[in-house]
Amino acid sequence: MPETKEITSPEQAAAERWEQETVAPVIQKRPERRQRFEGVSLEEVNRLYTPADTEGIDFERDISFPGEFPYTRGIHPTGYRGKLWTMRQFAGFGTPEETNARFKYLMHQGQTGLSVAYDLPALMGYDSDSPLSEGEVGKCGVAVSSLADMEILFDGIPLEEVTVSQTINAPASIFLAMYLVVAEKQGADWKKISGTLQNDILKEYIAQKEWIYPIRPAMKLVTDTFEFCTQHVPRYNPISVSGYHIREAGATAMQELAFTLRDGVEYVDWGVRAGLDVDEFVPRISFFFNAHNDFFEEIAKYRAARRIWARVMRERFGAKSERTLQLRFHTQTAGVSLTVQQPLNNIVRVAIQALAGVLGGTQSLHTDSYDEALALPTDRAALIALRTQQIIAEETGVPNTVDPLGGSYFVEALTKKMEDGALDYFEKIDAMGGMVEAIEKGFPQREIQESAYQYQKAVERGEQTIVGVNKYQMSDEPEVPILIINEGVRESQIARLEKTRTRRDKGAVANALEGLKRATQSGENTMPATIEAVRAYATLGEICDALRDVYGLYEEPAF
Amino acid sequence: MSERKIRVLVAKPGLDGHDRGAKVIARALRDAGMEVIYTGLRQTPEMIAAAAVQEDVDAVGVSILSGAHNTLCPRIISLLRDEGMDDCLVLVGGIVPQDDIPRLKEQGVAEVFLPGTSTEDIVRFLRDNVKPRE
Repeated sequence: MPETKEITSPEQAAAERWEQETVAPVIQKRPERRQRFEGVSLEEVNRLYTPADTEGIDFERDISFPGEFPYTRGIHPTGYRGKLWTMRQFAGFGTPEETNARFKYLMHQGQTGLSVAYDLPALMGYDSDSPLSEGEVGKCGVAVSSLADMEILFDGIPLEEVTVSQTINAPASIFLAMYLVVAEKQGADWKKISGTLQNDILKEYIAQKEWIYPIRPAMKLVTDTFEFCTQHVPRYNPISVSGYHIREAGATAMQELAFTLRDGVEYVDWGVRAGLDVDEFVPRISFFFNAHNDFFEEIAKYRAARRIWARVMRERFGAKSERTLQLRFHTQTAGVSLTVQQPLNNIVRVAIQALAGVLGGTQSLHTDSYDEALALPTDRAALIALRTQQIIAEETGVPNTVDPLGGSYFVEALTKKMEDGALDYFEKIDAMGGMVEAIEKGFPQREIQESAYQYQKAVERGEQTIVGVNKYQMSDEPEVPILIINEGVRESQIARLEKTRTRRDKGAVANALEGLKRATQSGENTMPATIEAVRAYATLGEICDALRDVYGLYEEPAF
Repeated sequence: MSERKIRVLVAKPGLDGHDRGAKVIARALRDAGMEVIYTGLRQTPEMIAAAAVQEDVDAVGVSILSGAHNTLCPRIISLLRDEGMDDCLVLVGGIVPQDDIPRLKEQGVAEVFLPGTSTEDIVRFLRDNVKPRE
């Protein structure tokens, strides 16, 4: 039975007329392929979008021009005509030597920025020789246990010129310290170096779950990096507020948008409470989103993200500087969408997802390699991923005009829907007392789990198609070569750790670690003491242990 | 007479925190009428074996995507055998290179489920392979 709609405008009347006069007879002859059309977020999409769907949207107020409030169409007036996005491929595996060689290879192939993947022991604050690290050293990223490893990782890479993004969270302040000390040893000026630290601990509790300390002390460490960078490393982005992992854990696009931006608000709240000026530190907060399969939904998500951030910064925090209002973001294609089955198909998925990121106005982009559902990427697979970006940038013509989809009835309506849905989540989270409290209650975690389960069920019912997995399967697939991580990484790491521990000044290490504990207990900024410990070649595990002694460990509540 | 429900321990060993798969599986098995215990994150092989004994499970489902399967799985299996849990099935789900699968099976892994597996296939596998008990 057709729904009865209340018709309140000529635009709605016109659309209704088309439905009845033109569409209805056609559907009678040939029904549509489905009762309900939906994308990966399982949100229903209408047959057609018309001016009736954009009635509440005002061009000047809501869409406007690129480089102008509320930045829906992008933060740069000239889009990619001035500067293309940064092609920043995430890489890291094995020893620091191996990853250093991969970095140099990628830069030689035209990559314009670096992004480091660290291994699980590093992410969890353990040295390569810890018993807990066994089987994991150099597997999901590069093994780094002290400044000695970091010096090798960036050997021959001038940190004053190249921007480096580091994916590290719970022990992020220590990696920032190591990075700064390596830069200093290269003779670089801290005032000139740029780059990004992921340092987004909230999404760890929500989604990725590489935590160490309880939430509140962990937030203090994050706030310390904001304060330190504002004073000493002004061009550095001390945080990349990440929706990527939230999405990978199963969130819908709208949940990714909502939880990520609300995390952003939480960091700004903490910075303000620490006495920082919004217009000084917020311009260095950057974001990181996923690019999943539902093309238009993704583009709408990025556009909505910019509009929400601009409005929230102005209305909620009284921001005045334009830079504070402008949301800048990195994009990575959806690892979770890659299939083991017929892996070359992943090249196509990645290309389409990357295109959505570009049409959404991303500042930098990582394209996944086709073999990443099997293992870490081979050189060959990583090269195709980079070439995919170069083809979008230089062959398709897409970067020639700014926000080409702006004004599309569908994209504008979807952008508004994303914004409204995210703001509903903001209200719920605000009512709980903020994001830290919402996480303590398990709210975002449960929302994401539910979406992950519903999506899996939709795939199993065949409502969501995954080519090669639940449709168009092949029994005999050619195998693709994969990267094998040599099991000797742990031994060579252990050898270097032993050498480092013998050569360093033991008294200096002990003093530095005591100094860090004192700073932690007194509540002062922990960055200077962390830098001292790193300089003395205290290892990652030793520094984290000092903090673990003071802060304790996070225990995930059951839900 | 009520049939004993199949009891499964869903375990997440190693340092990795990606628990989407483990949680989806746990819920799917519960929805299929099984009793499921989820260990939570970062369990050592010793903790997993102890939980399997304590909960008297028919199967342990190990979720791994970090590449540490060759280190962790044999250890879990040998600890289970030491405890006399010879009939307890050990299943692995996650990112495991094709070439590692035969070795894992030789070591006693009952089945390896790669990305894209339907939860229904896992339910069916458990129903077909768990040994009936008194």
